[in-house]
Parts: sequence; structure tokens; C-alpha cells
Amino acid sequence: MTANTDGLSAQQIAQAVTDRKLSALDATEAALARIAKHDSVLNSFTDVTADRARATAKAIDAKIAAGQEIGPLAGVPFAVKNLFDVKGLSTRAGSKINRDLAPSSRDAMLIERMEAAGAVLVGALNMGEYAYDFTGENVHDGPSRNPHDPTRMTGGSSGGSGSAVGGALVPIALGSDTNGSIRVPSSFCGIFGLKPTYGRLSRARSFPFVASFDHLGPFARNVGDLALAYDAMQGPDADDAACTTRPVEPVTPLLAQGIDGLRVAVAGGYFQKYVFPEAVEAVSRVAKALNATTTIEIPEAARARAAAYVITTTEGASLHLDRLRKRPNDFDPAVRDRLIAGAMVPAPLVDRAQKFRRWYRAKVLELFKSVDVIIAPATPCIAPKLGQVNFVLDGVELPVRANIGIHTQPISFIGLPVVAVPVPLEPMPIGVQIIAAPWREDIALRVAHALERMGVAAAPPPRGF
Amino acid sequence: MAADHLDNYIDSVATALALPVEEAWRPAVRANLEVSLRLARLVDEFPLPDETEPASVYTA
Repeated sequence: MTANTDGLSAQQIAQAVTDRKLSALDATEAALARIAKHDSVLNSFTDVTADRARATAKAIDAKIAAGQEIGPLAGVPFAVKNLFDVKGLSTRAGSKINRDLAPSSRDAMLIERMEAAGAVLVGALNMGEYAYDFTGENVHDGPSRNPHDPTRMTGGSSGGSGSAVGGALVPIALGSDTNGSIRVPSSFCGIFGLKPTYGRLSRARSFPFVASFDHLGPFARNVGDLALAYDAMQGPDADDAACTTRPVEPVTPLLAQGIDGLRVAVAGGYFQKYVFPEAVEAVSRVAKALNATTTIEIPEAARARAAAYVITTTEGASLHLDRLRKRPNDFDPAVRDRLIAGAMVPAPLVDRAQKFRRWYRAKVLELFKSVDVIIAPATPCIAPKLGQVNFVLDGVELPVRANIGIHTQPISFIGLPVVAVPVPLEPMPIGVQIIAAPWREDIALRVAHALERMGVAAAPPPRGF
Repeated sequence: MAADHLDNYIDSVATALALPVEEAWRPAVRANLEVSLRLARLVDEFPLPDETEPASVYTA
């Protein structure tokens, strides 16, 4: 009979495995059983690596039996967005075209680091095609579905990551965030997500999208698990040109420090426009809990979002130019048409967007002289219905797909670290961004931890299946 | 850019880059390009000092 690990955190699983109260194999079998039982609804997995997972778990159990130390994630099942290289699988990145790639010969660096800490990879997760997506819908694999209401979007592009963790199939998943693709699914699926500082975590052996903005990071159902995964994955890596050479700066020991003395402000202006009442309510609850009484204006945020859009569409077009020429009919047509248009944006406009990015970065860093944390909505609304095309924001009918990320784009544009915390509103959760200065993931995670302890932020149990 | 000028531009760039743009795709490509150019204009009209360095990552 499969051990029941339902509802156990990564920390609880690792402790039980380390204490020999639970075998890594039983923890793995339990995750595989949950996936088998529920993923027909959630559609979060595209590959379940059961044989590999069992072999990894057995090796961990053998080491424990031999008295060896395993690591802080001993026996913890996890899964990755399918743009991470997984040895033996073609890295599809949500596409049809990439299925023709040769199987990867080596895992992505972050998988290697998670497994070096004792975690067990159980599969690869659904995502929007080539990560150019905020919905979690995919024309080739079908949409990942929201664990709180399967008729709703997960958000994207790391939709399967949001669904798998929000649905409690696995305690930890990894995803990528170029313009919001960790924070949006965290918001819609009601879980914690960390988009670290640009350059903090290695992107080696993951399929890229926009080199200027691509980040990788973890999702979890609580802040302790999020920090544990983040700590396991830190460290320099010469195989990623943007990866920092800073030493590992563990955050787990710092979580309990609390938030005394931290200066918290609410993002005003742009971040208080284009929001539905649920986003206003979520930010208000977080602000109240943190005694954030000041509002701060992030200058030129709308222009920052515009520049992020321009750089994204052009770098994305450059990445896919040859595929657009050779296999245009194998793309999701919506992605193809955006990328073709991206290829046609004149170069000086892209250069100006990168220069504006430098200007904007300096202005925003100035703000962090007077505050430590800025809070802002993660999404303008709760998860829309699957297939929903438009919504009415501030009295204007706008396309859903392009506007879900309006509050995340101006932040990832300059690589600031953000924890998306879930506020468990009814009927659906929604996220709030906890934004810190570059390299201060510790501050964002401490604030998230404090909000969790106060009961303001929490991952609600899945109830959609 | 007027719609017909934009169509001409799409044709020219598609030829220069050897990108296929089938007639059925053209309205969506044009709509996306209009959005990209509108947002690029928002950046373009913002004055920056000549000395401003781009933010792209390169370390020698």
C-alpha cells in the first residue's frame, strides 16, 4: 500500500525520510499515485519520469541505510517546467517543433542541484508554447487546469508548475519567469513562487526565451519549502553567461528573523490602476498586516512595461527566426504571429528600450534607499475562465492574454527579486508581489514568511477535483 | 503608420528576412506589429541622455 504523504510539506517529507520514518521510495510512490489519480483533470504533467524517480529514490534509501547524509531535500518529489533539460527527454518547451530535438544528454543545472540535495525528479510539466504566454493554455498539449476550479486558467507560462503544486501533486516545482511566468501562475493557483534576482540561479541547460529577462525559480506551498529549494539551487555557474559569481547566500536560517525594522511601501500609480477589486483587496490585506502606510511611485512603470514588451518580442523573434522560416505551421498560430511581428520591429527601437532599461533601473534603485520592500498586485484579477479572450479593466475592454502580466513586467524588466504570496480570497486565491532590492531575496522571503505566520498568506487546499 | 504603409513594410521586411507571411496570418501579424510599434513609440518618445548605456549583459 502506498504511504499517505498527502499534505506533507517538503520539509516534513525530508525530515521523515532522514529519520527513517518514511522511505524515499514511499514518498516517490505517493507522489506518482497522486499524479496518476488527479492529473487527468489538472493536465499539469507532460512527462512522468516514474522509472527514473524510483531508481533515484531507491539510491537515496540505500545511502540512508548505509548511514550516509542525504541533504535537506531528502526524498522530496519535485517536477520541472518542460523547458528544463531532463536527461533522456527532448526539451519541448511547450512546442510541437522541439519534440524533434534529440533527447537531452544531461539534466539542467537546477535539477542537478535539487537532486544533489536529495530531491527526486518525478516529471516534466505543461507550459505555454516557448514560454510566450500568460494563460497556461497550450494548443498541442491542452491547457493546464486550475486546481481550485478546473474551468479556469492556471496562468502561464509555467502553468503546469502552478497546477502541480497548487493541486498538491508535488510539494515543489521549478519554472521560469521572463515577464511574470512564475508570479502569474502562483497568483492564479494560490501558491508561493520566487522569481529571484536576475542572474541569481543558473539557467544552464534550459530552453531560453528572452536572454535579457529569463529567470528560473521555485514554486511551493509554504515559504520554508520555497527557501529550501532556493538555497539548494544557488551558486555560480560558468555555463550561464548571466549567472552571478556571488557566493551562496542561504536564506532558510534567516526566515525566523521577522520583519522588525523593515520599511514597507505600497506601489502606487500604475500599480493601483488596471486592477479588479480582488487585487485591491489582496494588496490591502498584505499592506495592513505589514503596517505599510506609505505609497511609493515607481517612475515610468507603464513605459517600463512597454520596453519589456518590445525587448521580449524582438529577442523572442530572433531566437525563433529559423523555426519561423522553416516550420511556421507547427507553431501555435498566436505565438507565431506575435513572433513574426517581433521580427519586424526596427532595431533602433530595441536599442532605445535597452537604454531606457538602464535609466529605469537607476531610478528604481533610488527608491530602495528609503524602503526595503515594495508590495504590488501579482495579477490584476483572479484566474479567468479558460478560453476567455477579453476583460474590462478600468472601463476599457482589453485582451486577457496580453494584460495578465501588466504588474509583473515592470519588475522583472530590471531583475528585482520577488516572492509572489497567495492571499486566500473566496472564491479564488490571488497573489501579491513582495518586491525587494537586487540580491535581497532574503528580505522578500522573510516578509512572505511573516505574512504566512500571520495567516494573511496561505496556499489553500485544492478543491477543484 | 497607415495600414497600407504597414502592409508594405510587412511585405518588405518579410522579404528581407525570408520570413513567410501567408495572407491568412497577415491581419494578426499586422495587429501584433501595431501593438509592438505603439509600445515602442512610448519608449522612443522618452528623452534619454546620449551617454546612456544599454542594459544588455556582457562582461569581457
